[in-house]
Amino acid sequence: MAKTDIIIHDKKDNVGVIVIEKVSKGQDCGCWIMEDDSSSKVKSGAEIPLGHKIALQDLKEGDTIIKYGHDIGKVVKSIKRGDHVHVHNVKTKKW
Amino acid sequence: MQIPKSFLGFKRENGRAGTRNHVIILPVDDISNACAEAVANNIRGTIALPHSYGRLQFGADLELHFRTMIGTGRNPNVAAVIVIGIEPKWTKRIVDAIAKTGKPVEGFSIEGVGDIDTIAKVSKKAQEFSMWASEKQREECPISDLWISVKCGESDTTSGLASNPTVGNLMDKLEPLGVHLCFGETSELTGAEAVCAKRGKTKEAQDKFMKTWSSYNDFILKEATNDLSESQPTAGNIAGGLTTIEEKAFGNFQKIGTRKFIDVLEPAEEPTKGKGLYFMDTSSAAAECVTLQAAGGFNIHLFPTGQGNIIGNPIEPVIKLTANPLTAKTMSEHIDVDVSKILSREMNLDQAGDELIKSTIKVANGRLTCAEALGHKEFVMTKLYRSA
Repeated sequence: MAKTDIIIHDKKDNVGVIVIEKVSKGQDCGCWIMEDDSSSKVKSGAEIPLGHKIALQDLKEGDTIIKYGHDIGKVVKSIKRGDHVHVHNVKTKKW
Repeated sequence: MQIPKSFLGFKRENGRAGTRNHVIILPVDDISNACAEAVANNIRGTIALPHSYGRLQFGADLELHFRTMIGTGRNPNVAAVIVIGIEPKWTKRIVDAIAKTGKPVEGFSIEGVGDIDTIAKVSKKAQEFSMWASEKQREECPISDLWISVKCGESDTTSGLASNPTVGNLMDKLEPLGVHLCFGETSELTGAEAVCAKRGKTKEAQDKFMKTWSSYNDFILKEATNDLSESQPTAGNIAGGLTTIEEKAFGNFQKIGTRKFIDVLEPAEEPTKGKGLYFMDTSSAAAECVTLQAAGGFNIHLFPTGQGNIIGNPIEPVIKLTANPLTAKTMSEHIDVDVSKILSREMNLDQAGDELIKSTIKVANGRLTCAEALGHKEFVMTKLYRSA
């Protein structure tokens, strides 16, 4: 089994979660997709700490972030594959 | 794993079973706290449950106050109850409702007597109750006597990935054995409300859930000055990687596994539709939520945390689990069950669920939780609006 740096809930998700203490910029990360027990790779574009999200594809303003296979918010600042995804580039669609 | 069919609990007069054997001194109102605490200081084996309210409340808010007081006294983890209020009328209402369980309960009022003579009188009764309760022995009870409530706190993405699904795995395994289960946190299902509503077993349960959630959301929209971004997600949630309320909600929702809920309960309402999963309308603040669930009659609580919430409850033992390896290391005295190996894939959900079941039975049998050992006794009343 390849080392897992990132866990992805659902095949439809466009973000994954860092599950090691941190990933460094430029690191080749191993991803595990829980839904179908498959694997993939992504190169990190930034240092990202444990529990934080990484983009699995390029996203532009107004796009929807999918996690757990569901809509969890909108992109407010464009994101590149491998970028850190958090409150600086994603906001809630509620409230 | 073969799931244990029984645990060692305290059988109560009304057929319920407790995982604890507390004698509580319950103040009806804020100004009776001093008296209640003095009695608890005098008599070993009793605990006072001080709180901030109980005066000049009215309408639904007053009804909730009574329901919480009465439900706390009725909880099977409580062997006997002393109720102390400033006035006799509200005190008697609480005493009479608790007495229906058949457990020993006695009320006292302070007006016209004063603290000192009341403390002397109540202490004598409390001593009698404490010594009587100390004779109670644990007996074998079916696992269906467990009423398990759940609530997560200081969540992060590891909660949604692993610790909440571990609780969901336990629910999937224990519900068929006839336990009562309860989840709440109305506000923290925002974003997942439509998906959650579909988990209602009947159309009636689904509609009741949407009505409850919508009424809460309307209140939020009315009271919020800008948005809730200062409190939902919390600073702790954000530090842990949670970005939006929707993300938090889908993580939260993992706690019920694949179960369906049979009814929606008012805050602190005791379920009456038999075994199975219930949703209770609660705040998402940890101590408020657990206090309401305990008042609903739940006798053991599971609390997944990401960044490390430290809550306990005076009558309902709170078992904490985390999947965050840093929290498990830096806050180990608060963590009863460490499931962080799920993230490194050295443990799967099925194994984690089994570990949690084992710990739940141990605590039901009497093992202290971390929160109990550390003296956490957060008893927090939910208030719906300001008093008259």
